[in-house]
Amino acid sequence: MGVSLSKAAQWTTFSPDASKLKSSPTNEALLKEILTFVEQIGSQHPQEADFTFEAPLQWSTTVVTSDLKSDYHIRDSTARSHETDSREAPPPPLLTPSTVRVRSLGQLSMLIQAAEDKKLEEVQACLEGNRDFLVKILGPRIASQLLEDGAYADVESLKEDVKDEASEIKARLVALLQNTDTRILRKLLRDFSDAQYDPDFMKVEMDFLQFCSEGDDRLLKSVRYTSDFEFWNGCRAPPWRQAQGEICYVVIESVDTGSLNVTCCTAGVFLNGGGNPEEDGGCIRTSEMYPDLVTLMKRRSSYFALNVVREEPYPPSTQRSRQSASQFHGSRKLEPRWSDLLLSAGGGEEERKPRRSSAEEKKRLEPGTRSKIKAELSVSSSPVRLTSLTKKTSSKATLAELSSETSSESEEEEERPEHRPESDFYLSSEFLQIKKLVKYLKKGDQKVTLLMLCCMLDLDLTQDSCNLAIRDEGGLQFLLNLLDTNEDKCKIGALKILIRMSRCVPIQRSMEDMLGVRSLVNNLDSEVTKVKALAAETIANVANFPRARRTVRQSGGIEKLIKLLDCFLKSQKKSDHSENMEAARCGALALWSCSRSTKNKKAICSAGGIPLLGCLLTSSLESMLIPVVGTLQECASEESSRITIQSKDIIKNLVKNLRSNCTDLQIQCSMALFKCAEDTETRDLVRKYKGLKLLVELLNNTNNKELLAAATGAIWKCSISIENVLIFQNDKVLESLAGLLTAQPEEVLINVAGALTEFLQVPANKAVIRKCDGIKPMIQLLLSTNQALLVNVTKAVGACATDRENMKIIDELDGISLLWSLLQNPNPEVQASAAWAICPCIGNSKDAMRTVLSFQGFGRIPNLLMSTNNEVLASICAVIAKLAKYKNILATLTDLGIVSLLTKLTNTKDDRLRHHLSDAICHCCQFANNTASFGEAGAVEPLVRYMKSEDILVRQSATMALFQLSWDPNNNLTMLSRGAVKRLIPMIGSTLEEVQEAAACCVRNIRMTAMECRKAS
Amino acid sequence: MSSASKKAIQALAETISKKVEHFNKKEVECLIWKFNALLEAQKHSDGSVSGLDRNQFKVVLHNLFEMTDDFIMDRVFRIFDKDNDGFVTVEEWIQGLSVHFWGTLDEQKKYCFHMYDLKGSGFITRDDIFLLLKDSFHLRLEEEGREDDYQDEQDEINELMEIVLKKMDHDKDGRLSFQDFEKSVKKEELLLEAFGSCLPNFRTKKKFEQQVLEKQQDE
Repeated sequence: MGVSLSKAAQWTTFSPDASKLKSSPTNEALLKEILTFVEQIGSQHPQEADFTFEAPLQWSTTVVTSDLKSDYHIRDSTARSHETDSREAPPPPLLTPSTVRVRSLGQLSMLIQAAEDKKLEEVQACLEGNRDFLVKILGPRIASQLLEDGAYADVESLKEDVKDEASEIKARLVALLQNTDTRILRKLLRDFSDAQYDPDFMKVEMDFLQFCSEGDDRLLKSVRYTSDFEFWNGCRAPPWRQAQGEICYVVIESVDTGSLNVTCCTAGVFLNGGGNPEEDGGCIRTSEMYPDLVTLMKRRSSYFALNVVREEPYPPSTQRSRQSASQFHGSRKLEPRWSDLLLSAGGGEEERKPRRSSAEEKKRLEPGTRSKIKAELSVSSSPVRLTSLTKKTSSKATLAELSSETSSESEEEEERPEHRPESDFYLSSEFLQIKKLVKYLKKGDQKVTLLMLCCMLDLDLTQDSCNLAIRDEGGLQFLLNLLDTNEDKCKIGALKILIRMSRCVPIQRSMEDMLGVRSLVNNLDSEVTKVKALAAETIANVANFPRARRTVRQSGGIEKLIKLLDCFLKSQKKSDHSENMEAARCGALALWSCSRSTKNKKAICSAGGIPLLGCLLTSSLESMLIPVVGTLQECASEESSRITIQSKDIIKNLVKNLRSNCTDLQIQCSMALFKCAEDTETRDLVRKYKGLKLLVELLNNTNNKELLAAATGAIWKCSISIENVLIFQNDKVLESLAGLLTAQPEEVLINVAGALTEFLQVPANKAVIRKCDGIKPMIQLLLSTNQALLVNVTKAVGACATDRENMKIIDELDGISLLWSLLQNPNPEVQASAAWAICPCIGNSKDAMRTVLSFQGFGRIPNLLMSTNNEVLASICAVIAKLAKYKNILATLTDLGIVSLLTKLTNTKDDRLRHHLSDAICHCCQFANNTASFGEAGAVEPLVRYMKSEDILVRQSATMALFQLSWDPNNNLTMLSRGAVKRLIPMIGSTLEEVQEAAACCVRNIRMTAMECRKAS
Repeated sequence: MSSASKKAIQALAETISKKVEHFNKKEVECLIWKFNALLEAQKHSDGSVSGLDRNQFKVVLHNLFEMTDDFIMDRVFRIFDKDNDGFVTVEEWIQGLSVHFWGTLDEQKKYCFHMYDLKGSGFITRDDIFLLLKDSFHLRLEEEGREDDYQDEQDEINELMEIVLKKMDHDKDGRLSFQDFEKSVKKEELLLEAFGSCLPNFRTKKKFEQQVLEKQQDE
């Protein structure tokens, strides 16, 4: 009963009698094994049996004195063994009424035998009474080595280690215990009858998946176990992991998502980190639990899902999955297992053994399980290895049955119902023509194939029904296969067709599913420039959805596309210039499509694509410029790429192309500037290259909303620089923008509102906006539901409200209550910007207080103060500071518990929040005994800490707050003890008179309190 | 090689390069070298040959241009061999290659049309197309070779022919005139070699350039 045995029993953990063994089949089997061992030890290992324990095992027994035989002296009711103790210490009393102490295994053996029909109970009592029995038998040192040091390679080395401190016998005992341990564990290997997922089912699934990974049209690249060794119970996980319900580990390489490391356990299957399962924490769960492997694969590999799920009919299935699942639901409670016992590292060494030693056992048991699996599998897979075609259909069928429960929900999100051709299409001559062409396409030799390709180009490939028919007749797959051949002419023909077909959305998906994207990417290296160009153009079409874009990246397509640009730039003077240009144009188109995925943006940037795109900007060809600028524009939303884009030349050329006559190009350029002008330098460059005026001119195109949105966006970002605003103002942009506040799509409105906010930072503009009637539409936009728009509009309204005249208009339009109601918006950004906008309103409006009071809006404030967003908190603190100037409002706020809410926020490290929070506290002190309340709530100490802040605003407002707090003597004592005086004194030298005074008075107040204290004592 | 024969070759190159369009003198010289080398390989059987015979020429086509279709190779020989004497002389070789290799699209259209116009009737007739396409399914015939299948085969070729004529026979007279052919190629360049590859492809062209034209110039 070695190491793991000490844990290998299931202890009741949550019941009051925590150290009892649960009554469970595992435990029962365990006890029986131990009993056999103990009973036999006297006869089989007499020497070890006589070994004296370091400390006696002690437990309360049911064996009474009379049960003992003559080996024991019976003295009164106390029995003593007459074995002589080797250590000459008097043998301890063996048996007192109801407790027993045992000094050796021999004694234990005898005692247990004495228990007659209660032997098992006795063993159980012994284990329960001595959970640390190893320590007692072997002494703490060896026991702990056994338990924790998994580094011992084998018993031998341990023996040596033991030798120097104890007898040979002790070493032998250690070995004996370990061997027994191993033997018992082996017998206890799990029984899976109760699991939802079990090794048998796992094998069926694995066989199926392995079957899916064979042949030309395989659905998976490879499927394998991490371990070749199989235990007799069908598991492959090491025993100590089996104890946690794990069955085996599998590596599945999917066609589209790379390799997946999967753990199968009794509760289902999940992805693991791919570590070594033999190590602790080697295989950590990294995904949710799936009911079975097939479901997991369907979720993780869309290629697998698409090709496997589509089959509807479920043949008379093995019904295993359902059956075992229902079993599982019936028996939710976890039956006793090893698991709870075998928690810690104990395992390391001795459990590795059963693997070897149970090999024979496995051989004996395997034929049975094997044949069972065979039987199950023969239904599904064996008859279908004949041809790849039939194979596929039947693999689908098996799949359907395996995954019967989950197939419906595991359909990919992106799988949309396909528009099927009208049924009479199948009767049309067009369909017959397609059928014929595809037939000869596949059947004939290269020359016929080429002819058929040419004929297929005459088909109307803009029609989905034609495209789908070609696909369903197998033509699409054939065309894609042609891409993998050496026949350049056929490739060109196929690509010409594919370009047209790939404009059809379902075909894009099918092409990706058929691994077409990979083939296309491979053709980007072709020696024939035309092939490259056509392949790139097809990619541009296919990369219309994320999965295809990912495949392009993963198969190295981004680099190859960039190479196309490079080739063109290097070949400027050669004869094949025009061909290379076409290739570069297509490459740019493909990059544009791909750049819609974030990771691709990064890939383009890191592959050095941006400078090349920049060079292409000098081109005069619109068809080249649009995709180039489009790609740049997409990449610009990625911060890392933006830095590269914001170079002089690129901005210059972007500005230059704003002059183009082509609206699409103007849109892309404006979008690029919109994204790049986040950066000050770019804004300056745009001004330098006279781009501002060009942008303003674009505002005249009120019909093209896309262009308008891009242009207003660029104007917005450019107007962040005040110099730009001044230039814009020469062109009366504010007036134009105000005109765009009505009857425009949201994309335009967002940008216009953003731009207005920036324009209104210039005081003169505040009157301008009033004069051109911009306020009213702005206020109306406060009723919008678009979050981004609300954020910008509230900011703009806030900027307006800083002007008293404007405020009158806002008041008339009931703007304040609209802003207040936006505080209820769930979006924190909207909350914050609404609150910021409210601040100037309160200051500038005579009616504000009345409005707010009648509106009863403060109910919301306590909730907002519990927000997790610092910006929201800061803005609300600012509002509170404003509101607190009104006594009656402050009274209401105090009733709402504002003091403790504010105090709770004081722990923040955010300086902006600290500043406004101090302000709020300062103003809230004005009411009743809030000053004392803040002190009691513990607000003083953090405020003193704020005085260390580097931000002058924080120090100033903290000074003001401390001054208000210093009217309470208790607060002064806190300040004194926290060293506030030292920090207040520099503030007396502040540039603001108000602050000087506050700091000085505060110091005075502290001093007064200190003096009084001294006097009193 | 003696300087005399070198001179002779240069002189020959001089005269020929005046007659052909797409090669300059240097290239013609290279082609003559190559021709002589090929002739050398053939000589052992008969000492007094004036040019490449049919078999040797087909070997050359296969090696240099990776052509495999025997039928088409025969046709190419016939076209190269302008005087129909069963040999391709050095002049015929260079003139043939000039079109075959560097010909303009118009030249190549004529060249290919010629190639497919098996009887020299000025039209590509149904019979021509049948002969040109009949081997396209031959694999299956060999496998099974039964009478029924043969009939199916015939039907299929006929159907195929109808498809092709529908596509290319613009004046609907049941045969392809040069105008039909030209119009089709104009619409889709790939149709230039519609009935069998008879021009060098991108790869073999490059290979030939490297092996024959450029390499020998260096020497």
